[in-house]
Amino acid sequence: MRAGGVLSDAPEVTSEAARATTGADARVTTSPLVRKSGGAVSDRIAAYLIRGCACLAIVSLVLIFVFIGKEALPVFTSGEVRQEAGMTRLFLPAAEKPAFAWQPVSEPPRYSLLPLLLGTLKVTLIAVVVAIPLAVAAALFTSEFAPPWLREIIKPAIELLAGIPSVVIGFFCLMVVAGWLQQAFGWTFRLNAVTAGSGLSLAVIPIVYTMAEDAFTAVPRAFREGSLAMGASRWQTAWRIVLPASSAGLLAACVLGFGRAIGETMIVLMASGNAAVLSLSPADSVRTFSATIAAELGEVVVGSSHYHVLFFIGAFLFVLTFLTNLAGHWWIGRLQRRLQGAS
Amino acid sequence: MTMYMAIRNPQSAVRNAAGWFFGTLTGIASLIVVTMVVIILGNIVVNGAGRISWQFLTRTPEMGMTEGGIFPAIFGTFSLVVLMTLVVVPMGVATALYMHEYAPKRSRLVKVVRLAIQNLAGVPAIVFGLFGLGFFIQFIGRGMDQGLYGGDLHYGQPAIIWAALTMALLTLPTVVVASEEALRAIPQSYREAAYAMGATRWQVIRRVVLPQAVGGILTGAILAVSRGAGEVAPVMFTGAAYFLPYLPTRLNDQFMELGYHVYVMTTQSPNVEETKPILYATVLVLLLLTFSLNFTAIMIRARIRSRLRAGR
Repeated sequence: MRAGGVLSDAPEVTSEAARATTGADARVTTSPLVRKSGGAVSDRIAAYLIRGCACLAIVSLVLIFVFIGKEALPVFTSGEVRQEAGMTRLFLPAAEKPAFAWQPVSEPPRYSLLPLLLGTLKVTLIAVVVAIPLAVAAALFTSEFAPPWLREIIKPAIELLAGIPSVVIGFFCLMVVAGWLQQAFGWTFRLNAVTAGSGLSLAVIPIVYTMAEDAFTAVPRAFREGSLAMGASRWQTAWRIVLPASSAGLLAACVLGFGRAIGETMIVLMASGNAAVLSLSPADSVRTFSATIAAELGEVVVGSSHYHVLFFIGAFLFVLTFLTNLAGHWWIGRLQRRLQGAS
Repeated sequence: MTMYMAIRNPQSAVRNAAGWFFGTLTGIASLIVVTMVVIILGNIVVNGAGRISWQFLTRTPEMGMTEGGIFPAIFGTFSLVVLMTLVVVPMGVATALYMHEYAPKRSRLVKVVRLAIQNLAGVPAIVFGLFGLGFFIQFIGRGMDQGLYGGDLHYGQPAIIWAALTMALLTLPTVVVASEEALRAIPQSYREAAYAMGATRWQVIRRVVLPQAVGGILTGAILAVSRGAGEVAPVMFTGAAYFLPYLPTRLNDQFMELGYHVYVMTTQSPNVEETKPILYATVLVLLLLTFSLNFTAIMIRARIRSRLRAGR
């Protein structure tokens, strides 16, 4: 059997296998598969290599944790770094005005994380609030209401959206969307939390949509048929049967969408204005955690307090997305178990 | 969908109205999403298409990036994804092979590996960038400089090899998931036939399983390349450069990358209006690149899926 032409040679394989089986008596020792001696040795080597490679995924996750944690740790342990950027300096109000300031290059540097935290929450919240209703409604439409031809338009369109690199979305927000929104609402700042949040929602929609759609299609047909047979209308079936049955999957979709939104970098870096101001207004410029790392890590002195604080932020993002992922996949597993048990 | 016929009863008018409202509402949501996609792509194609030419693709940036082409960025992206593929495909395929062919049923290790892959897929790209800097450059690169070059700076700095390795980790889940799907699509009888002829496990994998799975593996590799070509955050600190007068030729050279080039031109350009045409054209090239890759992958995957259905 040769490599190549793989997609079409299924019948060929079977016929070849069949030929080998019929002629097995005559050429059992010359079968192409066992002709080579030393099969056992290569077998064992391959098994070890493959097993080792499989462990690499675990190893890399652990390495990410260790190496980001290692660079973040001085925030707690090193006296020098703690003086400039200890926990109190990162989170509590300072004596100087303004009480919370992220000014890493001023003299003396100020490392309050609260403006960044607030900025991240603002942008993420806007993105999630825009994206989740749109994506879940679109998923419900595709799985419950849309005729097949329409489904064949919506699904590829969202796959296209998922394929757009985030730097392109960021570019589009900065060049086009920011202008539109500013004209529409008359904001002082062209780049603000809403601009970044709406851009970010474009990155979140495909994730939530895909997961929600999967959850809806995982609901057994018998559920729907039973409901329709009892005289419920389509939307009653969707609302009272499909949505509750897939609720765990929907929750997973929301959580994973949130995880993506909080870590996404290029869109917020380009469209948020990057001003670390402590303000609740969505029309002010914001600076998020991820954008701060992206904007500052390039110029930072390796080993300085600033460097360690940036890794601390990275560690925070890593742990947060790790937890949202665990939660999301746990809920997906629950949905599958529940529906398998039911059908 | 099951056919549904309205049953006449007094409530049916209200119910039909509610159903119509519900269907329309979700329909509008779908319409909004599709419209957004159309607007983004339309805007970029309309503004970018006019500027793309052979010269644009084959020349270097000139006059502070307001003239000339983007060849170094294309070349850099290409080199990056080639290096990345060389690392990620063997790693990802081996992981999938272990999970699907080697591991005993209900294996603990497989559970942990799967969990690791899922979580790796959710780690933000910027965290991979941090990791690349902290691990590959500061730890491995510095270590190599100390051990091999007596402390001279060779590998302890941003370089294409570190960017490629970082990107390989980022795209590993893509390759594993696609490869596993390909392995699942191979009928068990193929393996059984080969085992029945006395083949060892590795022989079955090399001669039967892998040739059958090439399509799916290719899908994973292409999707990984598409993702790697578009991501910027992981390579910002690990190897991408604003502008380089030369092309990367060694593993420890820096390189220009299409996505990073877009970012730089968008945010750091001294004159946005003058850069705009070139910028749009660059974005369009990047989009065409990722879309054509995705399209190829989707086509291959669709063929595999239809075969999987036929096989059952």
